[in-house]
Parts: sequence; C-alpha cells; structure tokens
Amino acid sequence: MAELVAVIASTHHPFYYKASTAPPDEAPPFAAEWVRKVEAFRQTLTRANPDVLVMVGSDHFHQFWLDNMPQFLVGHAERYDANWYNEEREFGLPRMHMLGHRDLSGHILRGGLDAGFDLAFSNELRIDHSVTCPIITLRPQNDLPIVPIYTNIFAPPLPQPKRFVQLGQTIRELVESWPSSQRVAIIGTGHLSLELGGPRQFGPHGPDPEFDARAVQWIANGDLDGCLGQVSLDSLHAPGNATHGFMDFMLMMGVAGENAKADYVDSYDLFHTMEAYFTWYPNGAPA
Amino acid sequence: MSKYLVNKFLYTVDRDPELVERYRDDPRGTVQWWETNLANRILNLPAAESSTWLALEDAEREALATHDYPALFGLGAHPFLTLTLFIAMFERDHAEPLGFQLEYARRMQGYALPYPDIST
Repeated sequence: MAELVAVIASTHHPFYYKASTAPPDEAPPFAAEWVRKVEAFRQTLTRANPDVLVMVGSDHFHQFWLDNMPQFLVGHAERYDANWYNEEREFGLPRMHMLGHRDLSGHILRGGLDAGFDLAFSNELRIDHSVTCPIITLRPQNDLPIVPIYTNIFAPPLPQPKRFVQLGQTIRELVESWPSSQRVAIIGTGHLSLELGGPRQFGPHGPDPEFDARAVQWIANGDLDGCLGQVSLDSLHAPGNATHGFMDFMLMMGVAGENAKADYVDSYDLFHTMEAYFTWYPNGAPA
Repeated sequence: MSKYLVNKFLYTVDRDPELVERYRDDPRGTVQWWETNLANRILNLPAAESSTWLALEDAEREALATHDYPALFGLGAHPFLTLTLFIAMFERDHAEPLGFQLEYARRMQGYALPYPDIST
C-alpha cells in the first residue's frame, strides 16, 4: 500500500509570492523573516521525500459559482492549469501548470463515495491560490503530481465542521489503502481568524489574536474534542467574517488524527492574518 | 431580495478586465447595460437558454450604480467579491500600500456583529 509520509497544514497567504520575490530594497520589512520561516517549513516536506501530493484547498469564486456549487470536489484530470487573472492582478501570482494523478484521484473518488461522501468531481479544473500558494511555499520546483480536493468554506450554506474532520479522516484511510508503492503527502491550507471586506480587515494583526492562539493549540495538539466543542458554523463568524476557512485546518486535523501532536509547529504574526505552519509524520520523522 | 444577482454582477465584472474598467469609469451605465444584457445569462450556457426572471431590486441597483460598497455589505453581497472588485478599481488611486484597503475598513466601521447574512 501507499505510504503516508507527511501531513501538512498551512495558511495560504497570497502575498507571500510577491513579498518573497521583490528586490531587497522593495521588499516589505516583514519579508526576510517570513522567507526564513517558510524555507524552514519547506524542509519538513522535502525531508519526507514524497512522490505525489494530495492538496486540499478552496476555490475562491473562480471556477465554481453560485449556480452550481459543490461542497466537496475532487479533481480528476491529467493536468491542471492554475491561477487566475484576478490573482495576477491583485497578488502578482504567476500562471502555473501542474501534473495530475488520475489513478489516486479515481481511488479517492470511488472510495470516498463508498464511504458516504457524495463527492463532486471535475475533469477540467483550473485551480487557484489555495493550492498554488502551498506549492510556491513548500514545493516551488512544482515537480510532483497532485490530487486537488476542494471544499466549500466560502458560499453558505456550508457543511458542518465535523464533516470536514470526517472527510479528513476518510482521505487518510483512502491514501493508506491505495494499492501503490508511492509516497504520499497530504497538504491542506486554510485560515486562522480572517476578515475580508468588513470593518476589521487589514489590521496590524489578525482580527482575533485570542482565537488564533487557541486554534494553534488545537492544531498542534490534535485536540479534535476541544476544537469541535468550541467551533460551530455560527461561532466562526465572531473571529472574522472569512474565518470559516479554518475548517480546512479542521479537515487536516482529521487527516493527522485524534490527539496527534504535530512534529513541527510555527507561526508568524503578520498584518491582516496570522500565518501558521504544521507538519506531522504519521510513521515517524524521516532520518 | 436578489443577493445572488448582486453577487453575479460583482463576479462577472471582476473576471473581465474590460468590464472592470468600464464599471470604474461609468458605474450607472455599466449596471444598466449589464442588467439588460447579462443578468439573465446562465454562465456556461448558450444565450438561447437564458433565465427569464432575474432583476435587481432598486436599493441593490443604486448601491452598484454609486460604487457604494458599505451599502452592498449591508445588503448581504458577498464581501470577498465586493472587496476584490473594488481593490481592482480603486487601489491604484492610493499612493500608500494598502491605502485603499484601510480606507475601505474605515468606511465599514458602522457595522458590528452580527454582520448581514450573505447566504444565497
């Protein structure tokens, strides 16, 4: 069977690419430390030596629209084009191109359907910064095939937080039952507290540093009980109006497992939203 | 209540560079043209298969026609769509980094939790 060599949960900050590639005299003052932290985080994936990446993210009203909105969707294509005009415009993100992995996509689709998740699928998926940001931060050479999995954290009505956790648990089971000798890493990105288009946006910190501190502890300790006990679709409005993206972190907690302490934890308090980086090695840290 | 259609306006304008400029330069004319020609187009269907029943309400049309993003927030437009499009139109008018985003936050200060419902 395939080996799950790393589980990684991260924020996806679309400004990282621009901050990290700007000439030194134009880079913002927080860029150097940010790059240092990201490069250290990148090592945690590099050390695991993966062959294929399962990438969990969320479409930000790019390909998926309110006339036909999937809750959970698996990309099932040989290739994926990535990034969009409005992401080039606002964030300076480059157009990208990724290889797909039809065999693992098909295994996750079939197995997910049989496990009780009525997954949508796409044979022609253009992916956005929720998946390309972690490629840029964690695997900038972009040389591995991916299986993109999209969740709806964006257009209510949303699935319940516990469904994100359960889907994460199921994705792990499916990866570990995939008849293959490949080494798989599962990478998912979301947000801590975040406000977009409201009165608390673009402050000197994330809109709710107290929530962020609790969230980092939940994730770092695999505290699913504590997290599910305090997080609901209603409660996530309070830390910031885009904080439902935290449910992708909850999905990754489901992948990592109940009470699974992260092997690597880091965070960086930036303007607008806090960065947070977590890695688990389910079968022990690589040598 | 046609939050969906307000969002559809923001979405379809935001992803078209020419429409972004047209809406910046002539908001009322663009809204009128869009509602007449595009409001009922289902996005991945031929024109012959358009919808027949979608229309903006007066308050929604006026908020769009006056670039009144605080009003759009109050009407339950999706904040991500509004923010993204208005950054595209007006960030260029501010010399300081994040100048427009911070002005945007200031203009939203009248809102407190719970925010208007964005469900569609």
